[in-house]
Amino acid sequence: MIKAILIFNNHGKPRLIRFYQYFAEDMQQQIIRETFHLVSKRDDNVCNFLEGGSLIGGSDYKLIYRHYATLYFVFCVDSSESELGILDLIQVFVETLDKCFENVCELDLIFHMDKVHYILQEVVMGGMVLETNMNEIVAQVELQNRMEKSEVSDQ
Amino acid sequence: MALKIVKGSIDRMFDKNLQDLVRGIRNHKEDEAKYISTCIDEIKQELKQDNIAVKANAVCKLTYLQMLGYDVSWAAFNIVEVMSSSKFTYKRIGYLAASQCFHEGTDVIMLTTNQIRKDLSSPNQYDTGVALTGLSCFVTPDLARDLANDIMTLMSHTKPYIRKKAVLIMYKVFLKYPESLRPAFPRLKEKLEDPDPGTDAESHLHKCNIAKVSKQRDYASMQESLRRCDFFAVKYLGLLAMSKILKTHPKSVQSHKDLILQCLDDKDESIRLRALDLLYGMVSKKNLMEIVKKLMLHVDKAEGTTYRDELLTKIIDICSQSNFQYITNFEWYISILVELTRLEGTRHGHLIASQMLDVAIRVKAIRGFAVAQMATLLDNAHLLTGNTQRNGICEVLYAAAWICGEFSEHLEDPMQTLEAMLRPKVATLPGHIQAVYVQNAAKLFATVLQKHEGETESQAAQETSQLLIDRLPLFVQSANLEVQERASCILQLVKYIQKLQQKNVEVAEEVTALFAGELNPVAPKAQKKVPIPEGLDLDAWINEPPSESESEDEKPKAVFAKEEPKHSRSRHTEVDEKELARRREVRKQEQANNPFYIKASPSSQKVYDAPGVEHIPVVQIDLSVPLKVPGMPMSDQYLKLEEERRQKEKAERKKEKKKKREKRGKERKADSGPESEEDIAPAHQVDIVTEEMPENALPSDDDDKDPNDPHKALDIDLDKPLADSEKLPVRTHRPELLKSPAEDRDSESVPQETKKKSGKEKKEKKKDKEKDRKRSKEEKKKKKKHKVEEELLESQPEEAVQSEETKEAAAPPTSTSAEQEVCVLMCVCLQEVTAPSSAAAAVDTSSATAPESEPDEPKDTEPEDTKSSKHKKKKQKKEKEEKEKKKKKRHHHHHQHHGDAGGEDSVQNGTVEEEEPLPPMSNYSLLAENSYIKMVYDIQGNHQDESKVVVSVIFENKSDSFLKSMEFNVLDSLNSKLQRPEGAGAHDSLTVPFQLPPGVSNEARFVFSVQSIVMPQKLKGTLTFIVKSDESSTHEKLDFKLHFTCTSYLITTPCYSDAYAKLLESGDLKGSSLRLEGINMPFHHLLARICFHHHFSVVERIDSCASMYSRSIQGHHVCLLVKTSDQTVSIDAKCDEPSLLGNVLDEIKQTFSKC
Repeated sequence: MIKAILIFNNHGKPRLIRFYQYFAEDMQQQIIRETFHLVSKRDDNVCNFLEGGSLIGGSDYKLIYRHYATLYFVFCVDSSESELGILDLIQVFVETLDKCFENVCELDLIFHMDKVHYILQEVVMGGMVLETNMNEIVAQVELQNRMEKSEVSDQ
Repeated sequence: MALKIVKGSIDRMFDKNLQDLVRGIRNHKEDEAKYISTCIDEIKQELKQDNIAVKANAVCKLTYLQMLGYDVSWAAFNIVEVMSSSKFTYKRIGYLAASQCFHEGTDVIMLTTNQIRKDLSSPNQYDTGVALTGLSCFVTPDLARDLANDIMTLMSHTKPYIRKKAVLIMYKVFLKYPESLRPAFPRLKEKLEDPDPGTDAESHLHKCNIAKVSKQRDYASMQESLRRCDFFAVKYLGLLAMSKILKTHPKSVQSHKDLILQCLDDKDESIRLRALDLLYGMVSKKNLMEIVKKLMLHVDKAEGTTYRDELLTKIIDICSQSNFQYITNFEWYISILVELTRLEGTRHGHLIASQMLDVAIRVKAIRGFAVAQMATLLDNAHLLTGNTQRNGICEVLYAAAWICGEFSEHLEDPMQTLEAMLRPKVATLPGHIQAVYVQNAAKLFATVLQKHEGETESQAAQETSQLLIDRLPLFVQSANLEVQERASCILQLVKYIQKLQQKNVEVAEEVTALFAGELNPVAPKAQKKVPIPEGLDLDAWINEPPSESESEDEKPKAVFAKEEPKHSRSRHTEVDEKELARRREVRKQEQANNPFYIKASPSSQKVYDAPGVEHIPVVQIDLSVPLKVPGMPMSDQYLKLEEERRQKEKAERKKEKKKKREKRGKERKADSGPESEEDIAPAHQVDIVTEEMPENALPSDDDDKDPNDPHKALDIDLDKPLADSEKLPVRTHRPELLKSPAEDRDSESVPQETKKKSGKEKKEKKKDKEKDRKRSKEEKKKKKKHKVEEELLESQPEEAVQSEETKEAAAPPTSTSAEQEVCVLMCVCLQEVTAPSSAAAAVDTSSATAPESEPDEPKDTEPEDTKSSKHKKKKQKKEKEEKEKKKKKRHHHHHQHHGDAGGEDSVQNGTVEEEEPLPPMSNYSLLAENSYIKMVYDIQGNHQDESKVVVSVIFENKSDSFLKSMEFNVLDSLNSKLQRPEGAGAHDSLTVPFQLPPGVSNEARFVFSVQSIVMPQKLKGTLTFIVKSDESSTHEKLDFKLHFTCTSYLITTPCYSDAYAKLLESGDLKGSSLRLEGINMPFHHLLARICFHHHFSVVERIDSCASMYSRSIQGHHVCLLVKTSDQTVSIDAKCDEPSLLGNVLDEIKQTFSKC
């Protein structure tokens, strides 16, 4: 099960947070800070897995992250998730973002947090992996966007 | 209205959207918080507007602010509003916000049930998808229970997109509502075996203990990752894999020990930690010492306290695992522990301390050694405490002092240790440690006395007394209550003993008796296993619970008690007797709970300069090598010794074996393989004291299970056949005990009254939002002047209604007044905002007539006198109006609930928008009635079993007597049989599981098995019961006829147009048709009626033509094409079973002939 998905930049500013387990807002911020602290001090040439965060889930939990340019994509997962599977999922997610936003950059995430959420919703649902096929994800996202557009033109 | 819209869109132009908000925040970097607070004010304004677009925009911005850490739960209600928008764009925004900030504690969440249910059955797959996604994030046990059935239906949705989501969310539903697992399992299994590639995510469910293969989910993608992944990931994963292999093949991993130890040097902490984890699993008696030695080296090298602390805990974990299973030499272990105390700045002092205590208590043979070591530690305590930064480690002194005191008979020089424990520097230690020092000083004192007793020159004993009398006052002045109390007590004791000594009285024995008795460790679960003696009710109050006011009075008392030590620091004897008794009680309790007698409470460690302390010479032992505690045998020496010992043993054993072999000839096979684990004998007789268990402890196996494991609830036997009680709640009726209608009505009449008083205000004080919503709708309806209907309504049956009503009232037991207000507000808004969809869903109205089931009802069956008694307190003139209203309201409930049951989805499907509301409908029809009891019933098909139908019967007690021992019996036919419990005969009656006080009604459900469903059927039955009044009791009987219509075998099943078209094209269906003349009702009412009474759903509707679908419990498809023109309705129908179709059409005809 995925417990949380956090995207923040090199300074620890959150760009998207998605908790699949309830935490109050201040706790969420604390988790973001802690996670940023843990992840940011690691070299880029060490492995993408990290244990020892104390805030979510205790020992049965692990951070799997990737660092792209200015952004960290961090998935907090429990031991039932496959490490490589999640690593791959992050890649799929980022590639999907890239396709949907056409050369995605941090600014896209900053200004379109809602859209990023909608894309993520097609990848992960309630902490469970929903779809790993990028084309399928993109297709569903686009269909929904089209629906939204048709509603706007209806008005 | 038009003006409002225009105004709204103008407003909108000036509103900030999400992008503007983000931009604004970025432009106000220096005063971000201030800027955001103005934004929040704006958002609050926007949320007050009627325009849903403005609201959605505001909610979208709130979602962003939530990410920045702002609590937006105050807008929960607005989020619900946006969720219930009919437009996908807004709905999506609403659900996103809800999924970000709703949780089990969100009170408005229970208002979403119907909205979510509606979205789940929406014809638009993305509405359904968005609802599923949202629900997956905030599903609560209540939502799970109420929606489990709807979600299960979605698992066989035509769109793989929805199926996939539905299957995934079932996992969440199981976690929240484990009862749903067993009934849902067959379908789930079917889905998992489904080769449809669209549902690859379904393998996720393997996690629910169904099949534990989730790891192999996407082998292909993993391989790709491996290619893409860097080397470090591989190393990490390799270690991870090893830890998995270790569980099954420990030997093969153990051979890679060196490699794993090397990983401890890796620069990546993740890899180091993994390696450590692995080591934990691979130690054995043979390699423990070696591994720990390596780890100790790493401890010395390690940089950063976190990693070092991790190492420390791992060393202790490794050594202590499975009850010290792998330790062969406890002297070595004690030395390791002592060496660990040298760690600077560790947080784990208490961990080391508890290990020391554990070993010393449980390993009797080691006590002598342990005591010697601890004495040295105490002697060199300044090394541990010298640096205030290293506070954590001084916890070990706690253990050291206790061990020295408790096992003081092993001490070589108790006098010296006593002196070490009473040094003034001790006063800088934390209070709880000082307390142990004081207490154990007394124990040592007793030992010293005993040692020197009988000697003619009792010089030593008297010196000891003097030492104590000199040093203890320091502790008497301690700020710590515990220390102060113990010290003063012991000081008085010693003074008294000194007096006796001077008179040459032998006291040693009596003093020792103070500390007599041996402590045995208690097993961690011992307390749990103590069986509860018969007749002891732990939940019963011993005394009446204190009232609120009393507890308030107590507070100042507690404050006083806390402050007290300050006042009584010097003169504690002034404390009154009560206080002393209280303290004694507290202390006793503490002692009872703590095997070591001492309460470890951290407290301030102030030093009070006391007169008489300065002149005591403080001896500082200066050591050149500060970190090596002198006289300490290093653990390495043990390693060497141990190896030698093992060699020797081995050799001896070989010799012995040889001898034996010579004696016995060649019976045994040669043992030339490597030394096995068991061959290593412990260095000295290790006697691990077993933990004590209470006598006649209850054996229990569930100890090891983590009570917090969310999956625990899913430990369910999936192979057992389903019991009826386990089936998923099909929404119509849940058997629930009903409140007496009298109570119910009373509670309702209060808001009723206020309602009268003022126009708008009235909405603010209602009990239940559901009710309120309906009530306000009622008003609308009134405007439309359905007078005829109102009259008809009056004559509707009351009893069926009651069950719904009580349930509704009971549903939100936690509702607070604020919540109510919110809810009321919500209802008002909901109405405005979502009038087309949700309102229509709830209120389907057409005046014309009461539905089929009602007409044969007698007029208002409730006796008039009960009614008036219920309203005694009400003013007479209001009474009548109220009554009327209540009745209506109740009917609404009733109807709404039924609408939920079958009609609702379908009505939405039928895109009923802004049309006249439908009249209330009920499928309950009269079963039988006499002067005592009335029964109404409804028959529902059961999804989960193709040969079962559930008959829900509501029994209402109409008499003034108590009805009990009700027995329900039906004469089975060949085709339909009442399901009786195992072992019961075919003609036995079923006991109705409740009794009925006067005026109360309750519902029971009976399951029937049917073979053929193509024909309607009637079954004769009898209800027998005992009528018990004050004077007499009589046995009564009521005959009835259960009518199983073909309709009752149909289940509302959503179907989508493409699948529907395919079905019709397939050509397997046979047709039939029906014409109805003189139907004088709007088309959507007609559809709603068919949906509701005959369990159909609308597939598509175009103008005055609609296609409908339903499915029988045995999987027959029934398709209808309904057309209307000029009061004539023609229905073309197709079904794979012609006789079933014929009968259903007949029943439809009958329904409308009653109109």
